[in-house]
Amino acid sequence: MQRVCVQEADFSTDEVYRSMRAALGPSVGAIVSFVGLVRDRNLDAGDGSEVATLTLEHYPGMTEQSIVAILDQAQTRWPLLSTHVTHRVGTMAPTEQIVLVMVASAHREVAFAAAQFIMDYLKTDAVFWKRELTENSEQWVQSTRGDISRAKTWSEEAEDV
Amino acid sequence: MSAITVKFFASLREEVGIAETRVDATSIEGLMATLNHLLGAEKLTLLMRDNVRIAVNQTLIEGDCALSVGDEVAFLPPVTGG
Repeated sequence: MQRVCVQEADFSTDEVYRSMRAALGPSVGAIVSFVGLVRDRNLDAGDGSEVATLTLEHYPGMTEQSIVAILDQAQTRWPLLSTHVTHRVGTMAPTEQIVLVMVASAHREVAFAAAQFIMDYLKTDAVFWKRELTENSEQWVQSTRGDISRAKTWSEEAEDV
Repeated sequence: MSAITVKFFASLREEVGIAETRVDATSIEGLMATLNHLLGAEKLTLLMRDNVRIAVNQTLIEGDCALSVGDEVAFLPPVTGG
């Protein structure tokens, strides 16, 4: 099972969890969920000023496909029973929820690893662009080396296997 | 008749100054030549940067590629989701 939602509205982790659980059989042993929040300070921005709002732009259709491709990759790598991503677009303020990743599997190791994998690739492969408004500036967020090398680690690991 | 829809996203949209345009072209190479004429060499340089990715009908492509009537070509700056 796989579900991708790209939406402006906020989401309820509880609702996603309940519907995922209800759809799964007795072989499920672990559900891992990760929620990303809008932070008030962008460590990469340099000037350390507080973020007033974060606006996410996407490419309708391609964005959803890019997330499906990440979930497909995760499903090829691990025996997953269910995967879910909700990613918000539009304008958000600090402390708001921005992204939800939920993964179900028979065992926790797999669910933790897959959730991390999906999140790492959402940073580098999902088609979104962040624009940050602070008191001093308004600018497009740059992709960070840390994110790119984290995602790359997974493909290097795959080559080792 | 303008056969190809061209879209620019995020920072590229602001740098190029338009979100969308329609042009005639039968390949990416031909499209770049038309955009060079339409937008000027300076803006074309922005589109030719290594980190700009091109999607045809929402699928990423590398290098040249044939285009046909109704195709949608998108220029995508580096993504920053998650």
